[in-house]
Parts: sequence; C-alpha cells; structure tokens
Amino acid sequence: MLALQILVNGILLGGIYASIAGGFSLVWGVLNVINILHGSFVVLGAYMAFFAYTLLGIHPYLFVPIAALLLFAIGLAVQYAIVNRVIDAPVLVSLTLTFGLTLFLDNVMLNAFKADFRKVNLRPPLGIIDVSDYLPAIDIIVPVDRLASMAFAILLVALLYWLLRRTSIGRAIVAVRMDRYAASLMGVDTRIIFAVTFGIGAAMAGAAGALLSPIFPISPLASTAYLGKAFVICILGGLGSVTGVLVGGVALGVLESFGAYIFGPEHSLTLSFTLLILLLIFRPTGLLGKRGFI
Amino acid sequence: MKRTGGLLLLGLCAVVLVALPFTSSNYIIRLATFAAMYVALAASWNVIGGMAGYPSFATAAFFGLGAYGAGVVLSKTGTFLVLGWLCGGVAAALFALLVGPAILRLRGHYFAVASLVTAVVLREIINSATNLTGGGMGLNLPPRISDVDLLARQYYAVMVLLAVGAVGAGVLVSRAKIGWALRCIEQNEDAAVVLGIDTLYYKTAAFALSGLIAGITGAVYATWIGYIDPTDVFEDILSVKPIVMVLIGGLGTLYAPVVGALCFLLLEELVWRNILSFHAGVLGLLIVALLVFLPGGLKDLATRLPWARRSPAGEAVRS
Repeated sequence: MLALQILVNGILLGGIYASIAGGFSLVWGVLNVINILHGSFVVLGAYMAFFAYTLLGIHPYLFVPIAALLLFAIGLAVQYAIVNRVIDAPVLVSLTLTFGLTLFLDNVMLNAFKADFRKVNLRPPLGIIDVSDYLPAIDIIVPVDRLASMAFAILLVALLYWLLRRTSIGRAIVAVRMDRYAASLMGVDTRIIFAVTFGIGAAMAGAAGALLSPIFPISPLASTAYLGKAFVICILGGLGSVTGVLVGGVALGVLESFGAYIFGPEHSLTLSFTLLILLLIFRPTGLLGKRGFI
Repeated sequence: MKRTGGLLLLGLCAVVLVALPFTSSNYIIRLATFAAMYVALAASWNVIGGMAGYPSFATAAFFGLGAYGAGVVLSKTGTFLVLGWLCGGVAAALFALLVGPAILRLRGHYFAVASLVTAVVLREIINSATNLTGGGMGLNLPPRISDVDLLARQYYAVMVLLAVGAVGAGVLVSRAKIGWALRCIEQNEDAAVVLGIDTLYYKTAAFALSGLIAGITGAVYATWIGYIDPTDVFEDILSVKPIVMVLIGGLGTLYAPVVGALCFLLLEELVWRNILSFHAGVLGLLIVALLVFLPGGLKDLATRLPWARRSPAGEAVRS
C-alpha cells in the first residue's frame, strides 16, 4: 500500500511539474534558447497569486488566467525588446543573457518581497480524500489541493497542445520550430512568432506558479529549483513535444517520490540531476525516443 | 616594432605587479588578489570555452571541488599549503577526466546544461557528506600566519603567480598541436573528425586543463578566505562570471581573459561599493547590456570608435 501511496503522490506532483516544463520546452524548441528566466517567471506567478489571495481575496485557481495574461505581457516585452537581439547568436550568448535577466528579476523580487518563505493558506483548507472510505481495499489518501492543482496543470498542458494543433498562430509556431527559414519564406513573421512563443512560455510559467502557490512555499530563492525541474523534464520527455512534457513530468514526480522515500528527501535533487546527466549521455532524445514538434 | 611594444607593456605590467605589495594599502592588495583570481578563472574557461568553443558552465564545479579538495586534505592532515592546493587542483582535473568523456559528446545547449548541472550535483554530495566536509556548516581553514599584512601579500603573490601561470598555459596550449586541434573543433567539429583529429581526446584534455587551473584557484581561495561552505564555492554565478569576462575581452583572443577580468572586477567593485542591496540585479543588467550592445566585447568597441581604422571586412560574428 505504501508503494501505491508513493506512486500516487508522485503522479500528483508530476502533473504539476508538467505545467512548469511546458513553456520551457516550447521556448527551447522553437527559439533554440534555454530560458534561464523560466524559474523566476514561475516564482513571479506564485507571488502574484499570493498577493491576489491575501490582499484581494481572489482564489489562486481563479487567478491562474490572470497570472498567465500578466506574464504573457511581460514575456512578450522581454523577448521583443531584448532576447530577439541575440536570437541568432551562439548558445553561450543567449544563455548568459537570460542568466543576467534572472539575476535582475530575482534581485528585484528579493528586494520587493523579502526572502521569507510564504504560502497561500486556503481558508477553508481543501482537506484530503481518504480513498478507503469509498474503496475499502485501497488504503491511500489524496490531498485535494494537490489533486486540483494537478488537474488544472494538465488542463493547461492540454490547452497548449490544442493551441499548437488547432490555431493558426499555433501552426505558425510549429512551422518555425520545424524550420525557421522555410517558415519565413512561407510568409511567417518569425520575430512576431518568437515573441509570442516566449510570451506563451512565460504565461505557462506564471499559470504554473499560481497553481503551485497553495502547495509549495514561495520564495525568490526557489527559482533555480523550478528551472532545474524544467531541465530534467525536457531531457526525460524529449525536447519540444507536449506529450514528452507530460511523460517527463510524471516520470520526474514518481522518481522524486520514490527517491525521497528510499534515499531521503535531501537527495532528491542529486538523484534527478544524476539521472539527467546519464540520460543526456545514453538517451539524449528522451524516454519517448523521438524528436517532437508539437 | 609591434614586438618591442608588446615586450615594453609586459615589462611595465611586471614592474607594477612587483611594486604593488610594497606601496599599496591592504584594500588595494585584496582587490588585486581578486583580480588575479578572476584572470586565472577566465583563462581556465578560455581553454575549453574560447579555444574549443564548448559553452562550459563547469567552472563552479571545478572551483568548488578544488576548494573542498584542498580544505579536506589540509584540515585532516595539516600538510604543506602547496601540497593542499595541488591536491585541490588534481581533484578537479580528475573529475574533469572522469566526466569529460561523457558530457563532451554532447553539443551546444545539451553540453551547457550538463556542465551546469555537475556543479549542483557536487554541491549536494558535499553538503550531505557531513563528517568529511562539515556539510552546510562549512569548513574552517585557520590562517597559518598571524600577521594580517603579510598574509594579504602572501596570497597576492600566490594568486598573481597562478594567474600568470594560467595565462601562460593558455599561450602554450594555443601554440601547441592541441591548440590547433581545439581551433579546428571550434570551427567545425565534424570536419575536424574527418581530418583525423581525435576530437574527444583533445576536448577532454582541454577540459581537464581547465579543471586543473580552476581547481587550484579554488584551493588557494579557500585557504585565503579561511572559510568555505558549499553554497559559496559552488555558486552558479562563478560559472557565469568567467564567461562574461572573456566576452568583455572579446571571444577568441588570448588577452581576453586578462582585459575582461580586470574590466569586470572594476565594474563589480563599483557596483558593490555603491549599490550593495541591489548589486546582483545591477550585475545582471550589466551582463544584458554587454551582450546586447557589445557582443564582440572591447575588441569590437575598438573597431567601432569613430577614430579607429576600419578593418576591411569587419569582424564576423561567430555563430
């Protein structure tokens, strides 16, 4: 039963992780830029949700679309004004540039919000579901806040999938991902697409931040941890595919849960990063084993 | 004519470096020691990042491993300082030899991420090996000389020697066969393989040399400061600073680490002194401004100034 409980915990965590990684994977795939800012965007979204709840009383789940919209605007502006200038530069330059932006944003948040760990304490708390009340054979409990966050997170990822699959801007993004030069010959304005894609990535990060604000403590220092998770998920699931993000997120969640149980929670980061290096070496295309476009 | 000018400049630098400890305050000495440390780190990164063109973010891993290698050896055995420093350097070089063949197969973003992650993994491992390293409590390395003035000058001398050694190693590498191989790899790795260059061998050698230099630098830093803890010596920004320095100096030159490190230190010190609570943010903005407005570094600036002679074809931007 314990194993089943750990598995369930891992899957709940993994769904939320998938929404963190979705935008990161999209930006990496389409712009060929590793967006170090992503973790800070998640934290920013979480702070927005925190203040919306404590000051205005807006429920974090209702705040998700607003966080997404605000972060979309920020992401669009940052990309159009700054990142677009180094879009064709070597890896080193775009990476160092977004690192510089992160230093700035984290420092701003540290000064504005202080380093205290905060958390959205929902009133009333959502409580837990004891599955054995309904199915006596299965003795596990499910925290409702995590379940709800996971459900919304998966909805978000599904929304991203729909956007890329069905809308004309989504098709343009996919076209740029496949071949940016061919796409621009087909009349796609790549500068706009890059900016919109970066905006969508930031929006996903902000939404994910709002979703995890009732679950995880919020602090400007947490941005690196979220970035690290996004990395691992992209490598686990394979770059640039929405299904890969789901698979990678759930895989990481389950892995962390079991790792924390077996080796102790303090080793979960070491474990996932060691796995990342091993995967990069032996299976750089990820668990699904193919390069994805959607 | 150009050669004598260069020699004169070198001689002048040597005179300044020797005269500094006898004439300056401890503050200036401390600053100069940091400058030398930055030069050494930038030169270390330049071997793998500049010459071979591999975007390595492993400097923090080497630096931290060197610091802890020396720290553990010195605090457990109490042996000579020099021996401790060498142990730190060798530990980092061995780590590079171990990890290099694996992650140097990766290219571009993947290599960058993998090298970035090595520092985090090492930090967590050292954090949890409490009985050997003191874990999050850190490691105290009491100074062996009680005279503060003398201590400052001793470490100044050691760091300057290290920096000169690191830059010298860069010059030697670039003139040797390995330097030629690394430049081939930087320009087109597939073509280098076709030419019969054992690319993995040379990349690993460059990575290990980079590790050795950064490791010794970390070791000297540890005994200089007298206290290390995992978050301090494995900090991400330690991996980014050398890159920014070389970018300031201009990627692909041998003098970039020196010029870039000095400029960077100057900027950093100005920011530190004036805007303490927001220094990381300002540093971030400086990095962004540099990359956006001066992608080729000072080398670029020299050709852009109105009175500068225009180079016939202009400077091609690497991609």
